[in-house]
Amino acid sequence: MSLEQSVIFDERKDQIHRKGDAPFTMGCNRESLAGAVSQRACVFCGSRVVLYPIADAVHLVHGPIGCASYTWDIRGALSSGPALHRLSFSTDLQEKDVIFGGEEKLYKALVELIDRHAPAAAFVYSTCIVGIIGDDLNAVCARVSREKGIPVLPVQSEGFKGNKRSGYHAACKAMFQLMGKGSTEGISPLSVNLLGDFNLAGEIWIIREYFRQMGIETVANITGDGRVADIRRAHGAALNVVQCSGATMDLAKMMQETFGTPFLRVSYFGVEDMAESLYAVARFFLQRDPAIMDRTRALVREELAVLYPRLQEYRRALEGKKAAIYVGGAFKAFSLVKAFRLLGMQVVLAGSQTGTEEDYQELYEITDEGTIIVDDSNPLELSSFLKEKDVDIFVGGVKERPIAYKLGVGFCDHNHERKEPLEGFVGMLNFAKEVHSSVMSPVWRFVPRSIHRGKEPAFTESLFKAGAECRPN
Amino acid sequence: MHHSNAPYTSTTNACKLCKPLGACLAFRGIEGAVPFLHGSQGCATYMRRYVISHFREPMDIASSSLGEKHAVYGGEANLKQGLRNVMHKYEAKLVGVATTCLTETIGDDVPMILKAFRREMEESGVGSSLPALVSVSTPSYSGAHMEGFHGAVRAVVDQFTGDPEVLPPRENRVNLLPGFVSPADTRYLREILDDFGVESVILPDISETMDGPAMEDYAKIPGGGTAIEDIRSMGGSRCTLELGRTIMGTDTAGRLLRERCGVPLHGMGTPIGLRESDVFFSTLKCTLQRKIPRKHTLERGRLVDAYVDAHKYVFGKKVVVFGEEDLVVGLTAFLAEIGAVPVLCASGGESGRFRECIEGVTSGILSPSPEVREGMDFYDIAEEAESLSPDLLIGHSKGFHLAKRLGIPLIRVGFPIHDRFGGQRILHLAYRGTQNLLDRVVNALLEKKQEDSPVGYGYM
Repeated sequence: MSLEQSVIFDERKDQIHRKGDAPFTMGCNRESLAGAVSQRACVFCGSRVVLYPIADAVHLVHGPIGCASYTWDIRGALSSGPALHRLSFSTDLQEKDVIFGGEEKLYKALVELIDRHAPAAAFVYSTCIVGIIGDDLNAVCARVSREKGIPVLPVQSEGFKGNKRSGYHAACKAMFQLMGKGSTEGISPLSVNLLGDFNLAGEIWIIREYFRQMGIETVANITGDGRVADIRRAHGAALNVVQCSGATMDLAKMMQETFGTPFLRVSYFGVEDMAESLYAVARFFLQRDPAIMDRTRALVREELAVLYPRLQEYRRALEGKKAAIYVGGAFKAFSLVKAFRLLGMQVVLAGSQTGTEEDYQELYEITDEGTIIVDDSNPLELSSFLKEKDVDIFVGGVKERPIAYKLGVGFCDHNHERKEPLEGFVGMLNFAKEVHSSVMSPVWRFVPRSIHRGKEPAFTESLFKAGAECRPN
Repeated sequence: MHHSNAPYTSTTNACKLCKPLGACLAFRGIEGAVPFLHGSQGCATYMRRYVISHFREPMDIASSSLGEKHAVYGGEANLKQGLRNVMHKYEAKLVGVATTCLTETIGDDVPMILKAFRREMEESGVGSSLPALVSVSTPSYSGAHMEGFHGAVRAVVDQFTGDPEVLPPRENRVNLLPGFVSPADTRYLREILDDFGVESVILPDISETMDGPAMEDYAKIPGGGTAIEDIRSMGGSRCTLELGRTIMGTDTAGRLLRERCGVPLHGMGTPIGLRESDVFFSTLKCTLQRKIPRKHTLERGRLVDAYVDAHKYVFGKKVVVFGEEDLVVGLTAFLAEIGAVPVLCASGGESGRFRECIEGVTSGILSPSPEVREGMDFYDIAEEAESLSPDLLIGHSKGFHLAKRLGIPLIRVGFPIHDRFGGQRILHLAYRGTQNLLDRVVNALLEKKQEDSPVGYGYM
């Protein structure tokens, strides 16, 4: 039995495709298989990641302590002002609350936190246990909202009620309650909301600056460096620009339905997608401002003039190296495939936790023959793919990192913990730099994978031709 | 002096983790074991992420991945399916099932489900390849991660030890239940026992499972961990050493071994500082009737020498200590010995014995006793710390924000350490660990003094 056969569950066989083997079909959008050690999180996680960067709101996790502990300051979502989002608030439910109900505790905790921090709003996250004991979150939130005069929004994010995507939806529903409430006076006809950017490492500031140079006003960041007041007037923007696979797509759809706000799907990763995103927005506003396209072209040209020569240097070193991608949403994988191509690298594995059929179809179309496409994978599968494809760098999040490192494979964190912006033109350069700094490290020559394949000598003695007389034979 | 918790309803920046996480860590220290959470998928993933960020090692935790319909009809089918999958793909020798708040509340009877699963497997003829199945009840609304840790250790001992009659007594072997200590600590404890010339069963043993070598193939289950065969025969050991003052006298694995198998139990503090380490060594000396190996008396001697060399730098320095209760007790014992003044001892845990244990290690050497607070979060700790104007914080990395605000050094110890490198290799215990802590404390204070001074001292 091959290594791969020994690690792939029968139930998951149709969630893995090797391009070129057979006509493309992909099983996805399912509950994770019990016992398979999925890399996915839960509904709560989906809601938490989307709403988390709203910096002037209290984010109260109603449940036992774990859910709040594990999400304390978990993302590098920066704020230019208040930083309430970086605190971890919990009702820390105890046994007696589970028996008698947690509503009273929730009420008191909310009042206490609102009095203490004077937030612009409060989000209250429901966790597994709350879904079981049946606390009436809506009633408590409505009561506190009345008494305190700020929006207090329940987020129906019970962990077991679906997967991360359901959590995105719950977050969108909660945010949508804020919309249509603020004044839209003075908003430019050339205006956008930025949806699905979480301002990791300050990325949304880069994107806002591009739009500013194009003459476009950004009304609301949803949600990176987000503010409640901005979200309340987001319905006044002319266009929603939506990044990221599904996190805020539901919100864009709700806004379109209710306020008639059109939306565009974009990606700010990689040169091609970044430029195309700006052009798409420029095309949208072309009738209102015929000069916008020229400004956009000038911007892109200027950025590329700086970027390209430097990218070429990295490309020379990285050409022909092999990359594997496993990320949360598939949309990011599309951009990464293109970004690696720009660096002359070959993507041999592309997967996501929560991709849809359409997502995987697109991945299939943009990848090379032989590429493995995978949905909702796990450490055993991923490690066997890395080994089989003899990968030079793996792109993922914290949970994927030790899989790569243990096997002696380079790694790039393209998730919450990144400290350098990877979006925008400058982000592409940072990405190239990071990939280069991992792939080109001399440490890989010492790991078992290199030694056993005869790429490198096992011990220093053979490099220096020393110690021969010490050997037993 | 208040002894009660801060008067707040809400928790801000908790100083504790949830119960199943502790159980998973303990299970990870058993050879061939896969930790398994019976609950929704997110619990396993969150805990994996949290643990990985400290140890920088793979940490596969399986899950029964319950969805909405299971919450209504019960999680039995998913639990069984998950166990089958873990059996087949991970080839586990043991699956350690910890419950979560979800499955505790919907009322799944995990021991019964495991029994039924075993029966079904035996009937279908695969009983012989069945891994051991251990379960522990870990609802996160009752107790924190250390209760989960000790609960899992006890559950393992409960499952594998039985009638002492069938065991040949092993006079030259001791059981060591160290609690949640670092891989480096575990390796050092084994070295000490080896040096005494005694065989040992250390349970759990994460020294290799959470700090392993680079590999060519991904180990489905990392090598190392306490062998199940060794656990089975713990009932025949000469004695059990169980570390942690706050768990002394409670329903621990050590007590179970004593009651069920008659293994004498020596409960003692987590050996940090000279006196608590002396207790550890002298217990070994007395029970084994052997001299303390010279290597260790020398290390003790060097530690005393270092205490002297360091005393002026640390005298009167006010320290806030936080983290797991038993770790804080050990650290406080050490700080009191060197003339530092622990002004606040805080923990998110709520054993009810924290104060008494702190008093136990500070009486006669520190006056007055420090503030001792259970059930604290970082909001409470910060509020207290503001008025105490400490010189130093000692605890895990979640104290960073407070240290930054106060402009004082944080000595990172214990778990988690998410913002520095090498958390798994920090040595805390016994003479050598104490020496390491002392060096770090003194150097942090020196660095602060040097940095803050306009003089630019070249000698400190």
